[in-house]
Amino acid sequence: MPDYLTNRIARLGRGTMEAVASLGRSAGFLWGSLVGVPRPSVGLPLMVRQIYNIGVLSLAIVVVSGLFIGMVLALQGYYILSDFGSESAIGQMIALTLLRELGPVVTALLFAGRAGSALTAEIGLMKATEQLSSMEMMGVDPLRRVIAPRLWAGFISMPVLALIFSVVGIWGGMLVGVQWLGVFEGSYWGNMQSSVTFFDDVVNGLIKSLVFGFVCTWIAVYQGYDCVPTSAGISSATTRTVVFSSLAVLGLDFVLTAVMFGSF
Amino acid sequence: MSDRSCIILDDVVFTRGHRRIFDGVSLTIPRGRITAIMGPSGSGKTTLLRLVGGQLKPDSGRVLVDGEDVSRLRRKDLYQLRERMGMLFQSGALFTDLSVFENVAFPLRVHTPLPDDMIRDIVLMKLEAVGLRGARDLMPAELSGGMTRRVALARAIALDPELIMYDEPFAGQDPIAMGVVVKLIRELNTTMGLTSVLVSHDVPESLSIAHYACIIADGKLIGEGTPEQLKAHPSPRVQQFLNGQPDGPVPFHYPAPDAAADWGCVVPGEEDSRA
Repeated sequence: MPDYLTNRIARLGRGTMEAVASLGRSAGFLWGSLVGVPRPSVGLPLMVRQIYNIGVLSLAIVVVSGLFIGMVLALQGYYILSDFGSESAIGQMIALTLLRELGPVVTALLFAGRAGSALTAEIGLMKATEQLSSMEMMGVDPLRRVIAPRLWAGFISMPVLALIFSVVGIWGGMLVGVQWLGVFEGSYWGNMQSSVTFFDDVVNGLIKSLVFGFVCTWIAVYQGYDCVPTSAGISSATTRTVVFSSLAVLGLDFVLTAVMFGSF
Repeated sequence: MSDRSCIILDDVVFTRGHRRIFDGVSLTIPRGRITAIMGPSGSGKTTLLRLVGGQLKPDSGRVLVDGEDVSRLRRKDLYQLRERMGMLFQSGALFTDLSVFENVAFPLRVHTPLPDDMIRDIVLMKLEAVGLRGARDLMPAELSGGMTRRVALARAIALDPELIMYDEPFAGQDPIAMGVVVKLIRELNTTMGLTSVLVSHDVPESLSIAHYACIIADGKLIGEGTPEQLKAHPSPRVQQFLNGQPDGPVPFHYPAPDAAADWGCVVPGEEDSRA
């Protein structure tokens, strides 16, 4: 067999082994941080602080994006629906689109860019400046002290952010559809109420965003914890966080949608 | 084991990637004294401290701290053992989101049930010992390099450890800060009866405070003894390191292809420099 072919096969094998090893490490890492939750008296304040960092500080971008997406949906929807004379269904269209798809997905993408990258960079820098090592040497497990509160905070924040996104989006749609384009307000809200069901739409959307919150935060903290502790290493880990999270969110969204709303 | 020794390395082999960092190092660190471990950059001095702290495991051989094999300890026991160790990292490794006071209070809050006013008293005592009681409210970003290391030292001794490890305490310090660190290491050793392990490549400072020193190079222990014994050591490798000679058993030139082949001519004096 020619040399370049052998090399290529060897490289493929090495890459696969590395990927599998990394997956294994991340699973062990997840286990270590989920099992080792600190005492509530210690862990709760740490988690609340992270919910502030991850969730509350992401509010601005989520609210603004939700508003604009709701407004754009109303505009686009109005022009299409009015061709069929059914512009009164605009409320129902906006609410279903947001609750089922755009709310969880766009929030997760924004979350990966805003909070995920910050998490990776923060933990990566803590690693590079030996803060994680010094914690270990002080007899404190960084998985419990640093990672677990952030993981839980992301898990809790994401569904709340997604709900806020949808609510603001529906309100933005109302601003454009009702106030500007003149759809009758009663039919905007009435159609929405009669077509949106709590379990099928709201709960399924929440389940989606729980899954996304879990995956995005896991990717972010793991990339930070596992990064090469140099400036180049942290920068590529941050990039990986955003890329992997976005791909995971979009891929998982398809799978979840097929399971939840598919007809099989 | 004898009561005089605190740490014993027994034929330790450690490999990272394809590089063998330690190739059968055996070493005994006496209790209550200052031991300096010296060696060129990249000789694995920090790795040695991490082996003692149980952050890394040797491929073979044993690392005994107080008679316990660190690499075989269960996780819980290891964390308990670490409460009796203090480590001063090269960068200080202060938690950047906590103030100086909270940094020093951190190990106390985690490991002791002490009430806040008692923690305050202890933290101020430790900060007083390093001369930074007045800096308690500063954030790590507001400290100079020397002050960072002193705060880290106060944090390392917060729990009154029996063993303290210093990773390159003199590196990158101005002369005054260096003098302060030398004074602190010596004082802590005598007043608290600590076993101190000092990893450094600063020969004069290390030898001035160490009771005992050893030199590691190329994965081996190449010399050990009191500072006087080391200075009179017969090995040319040890002498080159202690005196900082640019050429010797460790060649000045990184292995390179023949100079004549590189430049296409004969370079005068080439034979001399490669001898």
